Amino acid sequence: MLEAQERERFEACVLPHLDAAFNLARWLLRDRRDAEDVAQEAMLRAYRFFHTYRAGDARAWLLQIVRNCCYDWLHKNRPADLQQELQEESLVSKELSPEDLALANQDRSRLVKALETLAPHFREFLVLRELEGCSYKEIAAITSRPIGSVMSGLARARQQLREALMGQEQTGKVARRAL
Amino acid sequence: MPCEYLRERLHGYLDDELDAVGSAEFERHLQSCPQCSAAFRAERELRTALAQAQLYERAPVSLRRAVQEQTGPRHATSAALAAPGTNWKWLAIAATILLAVAGGFLTRNALRNRTPAPEFASAAIDAHLRSLQQGHLADVESTDQHTVKPWFDGRVDFAPKVADFSAQGFPLLGGRLDVLNGKTVAALVYGRRKHVVNVFVAQHGALGAEGGAGEIQGYRWLAWRADGFDYVAVTDASAGDLDELRSLVAKQ
Repeated sequence: MLEAQERERFEACVLPHLDAAFNLARWLLRDRRDAEDVAQEAMLRAYRFFHTYRAGDARAWLLQIVRNCCYDWLHKNRPADLQQELQEESLVSKELSPEDLALANQDRSRLVKALETLAPHFREFLVLRELEGCSYKEIAAITSRPIGSVMSGLARARQQLREALMGQEQTGKVARRAL
Repeated sequence: MPCEYLRERLHGYLDDELDAVGSAEFERHLQSCPQCSAAFRAERELRTALAQAQLYERAPVSLRRAVQEQTGPRHATSAALAAPGTNWKWLAIAATILLAVAGGFLTRNALRNRTPAPEFASAAIDAHLRSLQQGHLADVESTDQHTVKPWFDGRVDFAPKVADFSAQGFPLLGGRLDVLNGKTVAALVYGRRKHVVNVFVAQHGALGAEGGAGEIQGYRWLAWRADGFDYVAVTDASAGDLDELRSLVAKQ
């Protein structure tokens, strides 16, 4: 009976965040099918380790597991995605011109493409903040970073997204950073 | 450099993460610095663009099923029944698990739905789940009620009321045709924060829908009748959200 209760608690606390789990996996892996596999694995892991969850933010707890599963998967299957970070780190942010700022009315496909050019470690900031609506505290918990680094991380991620969108606008040039 | 220092805080301000002193300080700076205020406007636009693009991707039904299968009570039962050999020991274990599972089921149903979900509600939730698959949400995507409403002309044999409730936090996202229990119905799609609400509208009596409310697997439904129409709203947002939307629909 204890097991049934535990299962019910899992169903009530964790299952409602399945969409969040899938969405994060989809954006970290840039592929719906891979995301489905990894999100499923993450849900199973969460189920198995549910006894370690006591109380508090179940979404953050689950997303932390999903994120770990995603990075494990990338490490194994697409290490190149993780290599990207080094290049991104060396980017120097530049002053924004008025043209840079006029990026309204972006359509979905352009935003998707731009978002997917970011390194996963920056992309996750935007996914968690803009799509999932997480607070800085939650983002810090999910990504195991100090809370003080979330604001600068988001600033960098938004800057990179903007640059990626600008890159698309430049016709005829290979404007997007090589992956 | 104060501007450089504040440039990063712009994001804290945008995300509503600065404390009272910090945001007052930043607001003062915004008024005196055209560069920062242009940057702030641009960040806000980018955020709006991200929100409007609806980038959130929901779990496919196949994933939901697979997870429920692996973690739900049904799994435990079938695993026990599929165990090798039909000796009494296994049957006894299976029976024990079945009892435990049934116990769990009964308590849960007793807690959540005092009565079992009516057929039209299950059909509406299935339709809601189908609609969340990529590309299935709306046949006509528009936040403009004057685009969505005429779209239904000639597609259904009644004229559903269509209104946008963006100002009240339920932006109209579009409309589509759907089929519930073999009847063609109009589906109005609303956003609610990150959630989607499907409002199915049919002619009075077409769905056999009584008024009522309930929850099935984390999805809430609310049914009511008004102005010669049957309404069934489904969402994974809260039951309070559904009540709010119903009163908005009633007031239009």
